[in-house]
Amino acid sequence: MKKVGSKLGWLKLPLYGALLFLYLPIAVLIFMSFNESDAPFTWTGFSTRWYGELISSPEILTGFRNTLIVAIAATIIAVVLGTLLAVGLARYQRSAALEAIALTPAIFPDLALAIGLLTLFTNLNYALGLDSVIISHALFCAAFVTAIVRGRLHQIDSSLEQAAADLGDTAVGAFFRITLPSIKPALIAGALLSFTLSLDEFVIAFFTNGPSTPTLPIVIYSMVRFGVSPEINALATLVLLTSALIIIIAQRNLKVKDQI
Amino acid sequence: MAQALVKTERDANQRRALISRSIFLIPGLAYITIFMLVPLGFIFFYTFLTRGTYGGVEYIFTLENYTRALDSLYVGILMESIMIAAAATLLAFLIGFPTAYAITKLPSNWQNVFLLLIVLPFWTNFLIRTYAWIVLLNTQGFLNKGLINTGLINQPLEFLYKPGAVILGLLYAFLPLMILPIYSALVRIDPAMKEAAINLGASPSQAFRQITLPLALPGVLVGAIFVFVPSIGNFIVPELLGGGKTVMVGNLIRDQFLKARDWPFGSVLAISMVVMLLILFFLQARVNKAVLGEKSG
Repeated sequence: MKKVGSKLGWLKLPLYGALLFLYLPIAVLIFMSFNESDAPFTWTGFSTRWYGELISSPEILTGFRNTLIVAIAATIIAVVLGTLLAVGLARYQRSAALEAIALTPAIFPDLALAIGLLTLFTNLNYALGLDSVIISHALFCAAFVTAIVRGRLHQIDSSLEQAAADLGDTAVGAFFRITLPSIKPALIAGALLSFTLSLDEFVIAFFTNGPSTPTLPIVIYSMVRFGVSPEINALATLVLLTSALIIIIAQRNLKVKDQI
Repeated sequence: MAQALVKTERDANQRRALISRSIFLIPGLAYITIFMLVPLGFIFFYTFLTRGTYGGVEYIFTLENYTRALDSLYVGILMESIMIAAAATLLAFLIGFPTAYAITKLPSNWQNVFLLLIVLPFWTNFLIRTYAWIVLLNTQGFLNKGLINTGLINQPLEFLYKPGAVILGLLYAFLPLMILPIYSALVRIDPAMKEAAINLGASPSQAFRQITLPLALPGVLVGAIFVFVPSIGNFIVPELLGGGKTVMVGNLIRDQFLKARDWPFGSVLAISMVVMLLILFFLQARVNKAVLGEKSG
């Protein structure tokens, strides 16, 4: 590490300062999750008892199950819609306006999307539950998949697909035989990103969920509003590490730079 | 005969192209239309309606929701939200620019490692990252304990439940969104331009000010929008770190839809927020165009 920073000079300060700022609160949280005492701020000794208590909490387990269902279903929808859209935009209809619309759900304020979806479901008299959360999550997840797959499509050569089309392959055939294998890393990265985004998403789930099917972030929200507890620390540690792990795996399929 | 054949074949090709274009584009665009564009249309339409007794709306046309939004109470909250979001954005720039600049000075394989370290927290649970600050800043939290142990203070300080805590929480949440676009603008700058400036007699600091800074401007603006937009509509950070004492537009909108059940008024607030953001996007696009135009000219 010393060697890495040797040319930085005073720029080391903001770089390491920013990293300290980003990781210190998380580090303290993880550290406190192994505290033996149930006093949230006093370290008494190492223990994993709070992790054990999580497994015996029906609320958390239900939330976890609901979140898993939503994340898997939303990811499947998002990958199908996002991939088709990315291929369509890259190969069949180059349009800056359509591209902007396709990516908007990813950058639009979540609160605006959330109230819009709530309004829509209410007007359709659609009962709120896990399915409405799935539909809503697929909306912004698909935009992220579109962005990642489209980025990959711009890098790869489209001449193979054209050759397949010239040889009489249908667009759908060329898609499955040529395009799909070449964008596979982007698809995996998009799916993993979509999965974690859904896993951690709170605002839209909060608005579009029914009262009887809380997702894990909704359970966490109801817990953190009542202050600090070692149980939340343990749950938070597991959730943070899960997301971080999935993102690191996603990055192996993709350079960070491509996401910007 | 031959011409007719060519024509039918061309027609068939065109039809096939249209069908494949539709297969790829229509599902996604239809989804976005139904679940984003139509709902936004609903919200806009609602701004002219009257609130229903039990939530929802009654179809009585009115402009009252707009006049109500101009009440000094709500204008005050909007102003405070803008100030808080702007403060978080400014701080993110002051920390983010040198950080992004430092990353560009690293060997390229290390650049990816550090970029990943910067974005990794951003992709994790937002609620938990906000909650982590309560653990740290609480009156019994680590910061207070550390300060008391070192003898700097005798009594624990209340860091939370102030606008400053909200700014800190937003800065923490969205700092990576400032660093990434600035980094990507900085790495795209051709080093030859800076060298040329220095060869022509510019000092390194002059070259930095006259070459690097202006060319990084589009990245800074994207970063500023990426931090400002989610900050102004946020209701979690004001609630958890502001303790409900600092009310932002996001809290107001949330409450109108879920608590007060005044959807038309909530819609006015939401539409004002969206319009403000659209203006920002428009301005950013203009500046971007101006800077890029200058470069090519």
